Amino acid sequence: MIIAEKKPIEEIIQEVKDFDRILILGCNECVTVCEAGGKKEVEVLASVLRMYFMAQGQEKTIGERTLERQCDHEYLEEIRNIIDDYDAVVSLACGVGVQFAAEKYLTTPLLPGVNTICLGANEDRGLWTERCQACGTCVLARTGGICPVSRCAKRVLNGPCGGSTNGKCEISKDTDCAWQLIIDRLKALDKMDDYEKVAPVKDWSTDRAGGPRTVIREDVKI
Amino acid sequence: MRLKIPTDFRIVRLPCTGKIDIIHILRAFEKGADGLYVVGCMEGDCHFNEGNFQARKRVEQAAGILDKIGVGGERVKMYNLSSGEGPLFAQYSMEMVNKIKELGPSPVKLAKQRMQKKADAA
Amino acid sequence: MSEYVSNSRLERVLKAGHLGVTSECGPPRGTDAEEVKKKGLLIKDHVDAVNVTDNQTAMTRMSSLAACIHLKLQGIEPVLQMVTRDRNRVALQSDILGAASFDIPNMLCLSGDHQSFGDCAQGQNVHDLDSMQLVQTVRHMRDEGKFLGGDAIKQPPKIFVGAAANPFADPFEIRIPRLAKKIACGAEFIQTQCIYNLDKFKEWMRRAVDRGLTEKTFIMAGMTPMKSVGMAKYMKNKVPGMDVPEEIINRLAGVEKKKQAEEGINICVEHIQELSEIKGVAGFHIMAIEWEEKVPEIVERSGLYPRPKV
Repeated sequence: MIIAEKKPIEEIIQEVKDFDRILILGCNECVTVCEAGGKKEVEVLASVLRMYFMAQGQEKTIGERTLERQCDHEYLEEIRNIIDDYDAVVSLACGVGVQFAAEKYLTTPLLPGVNTICLGANEDRGLWTERCQACGTCVLARTGGICPVSRCAKRVLNGPCGGSTNGKCEISKDTDCAWQLIIDRLKALDKMDDYEKVAPVKDWSTDRAGGPRTVIREDVKI
Repeated sequence: MRLKIPTDFRIVRLPCTGKIDIIHILRAFEKGADGLYVVGCMEGDCHFNEGNFQARKRVEQAAGILDKIGVGGERVKMYNLSSGEGPLFAQYSMEMVNKIKELGPSPVKLAKQRMQKKADAA
Repeated sequence: MSEYVSNSRLERVLKAGHLGVTSECGPPRGTDAEEVKKKGLLIKDHVDAVNVTDNQTAMTRMSSLAACIHLKLQGIEPVLQMVTRDRNRVALQSDILGAASFDIPNMLCLSGDHQSFGDCAQGQNVHDLDSMQLVQTVRHMRDEGKFLGGDAIKQPPKIFVGAAANPFADPFEIRIPRLAKKIACGAEFIQTQCIYNLDKFKEWMRRAVDRGLTEKTFIMAGMTPMKSVGMAKYMKNKVPGMDVPEEIINRLAGVEKKKQAEEGINICVEHIQELSEIKGVAGFHIMAIEWEEKVPEIVERSGLYPRPKV
């Protein structure tokens, strides 16, 4: 899923201070699971903003709403009838949701309330970690199911680099060396012979480098 | 055991302090509370194992938020005691009430009162 | 490995069966080329080629290529170090052509330290290619006469291609497979990480010889003299992938502070002499960090001077 992190409250205050009627818009999907932008976080942010501006002697209307998803026309339509009651919307969805809402409601400022971090997993309670960078050409079949693109700080396809120490990355002893993980897994799979196969120069045109990516499926189009 | 406790706070009962959420704490301040304290069981004695630890974390988070928006994080506090410690409960409530008196009314409450006055005058 | 692929003196020395000697020079953090030239001239007659580092530890410095050109113009043969951290395949190929246009005949392909170690921790890293793919790229350009994109190169670059190897890094079981992989990609010479643990290095070397890898590449053993016991402890404890045995530290600690540097040189010379006898060792890469003036002494005392005329 998409992992996001709440923006600092000071930053949100700076962004919204000139608006009088503000809608805090949550999303029920990924950001709810990673506790950055679901219904609960909407309630907290709304309460905090109300108190802050009240203490500043400013009367503001702070509305709360959480949609099933913000990356879907169907759910975003649900706020069409209330959008004009607000001068701005703080979206707690990932960057996708913020933009999709902005595209739909052209005349309403849409402000992000979270920083979108990565595609990751719920590794533990309160711990979310990256697993994929959506490079568009998956190499996992050749790397023991561990991704060197997202998990190696140098996205080395023929690793490890010289910085791997005791299974950890040179950037931090809290970061696993992706290539150590790959080798451990290849060993477990009894496929160490695969290690010596050289990964060819990668086609990054399916990555960010190739420009905004699109998937078109004629077979499912209506 | 008749113990003197201050009269100017309201007790909200919870099945376990682990039930408390940040939003409950924030709502209290939004509605005009000047202070709030959470009284949980002794650490390590939670019937649900870690309810009081979670409560402490949430109290700390709420304090952080209140600091950032100028309400003051010292207006919230977590205490732990066991069920037999009535006098300690009384002592903590005195301590908290004195602390709040020293800090004065919450800026949110003052702002609400000013707004109310303005509305009444108009 | 009889015919020459480049105009590299290093290549000729190694292919003639002599022990090759290279050293290292870090470009300055400014525009003064005299610093590079001075370092180069200090060691000119005692080495076959001088590696020029590419923004090592991710600290911004004068470009490796520019510093190589300064050395070349002094009649010193450079080994252009190139990391894949800062440039994509367009820039890398372009710099390879640029280097070849100045007759820079050697290249060492590296991935480079992570930018978080340097002065631009907030910068992007590129890593369009990795170090092995860079080796493949240079070989492709030279041997096929083609760019990665497939177009023909007018007058392809003639460059002797090297890569780095660390006999001590983790995980240990892939040390030899990894070396084999670099050689399969086309690395014609290998310069190793600094060696202090001779036993472990010899074991690594034995395995490389057993696998026939030394028939396909020239392995140059990395040597860095210790300036003090403090440096030895730092290398042991702080530098990733470095194996400094306790006996080295004890030996340095055993002499008075003023004499530690001299003892460090002694150790280095002894190590070179010992490793010269080891099958598969094709030469030495002497990295005297900010201590270039000691390189001639080390080379002379190790019996590697004068350098052969080839």
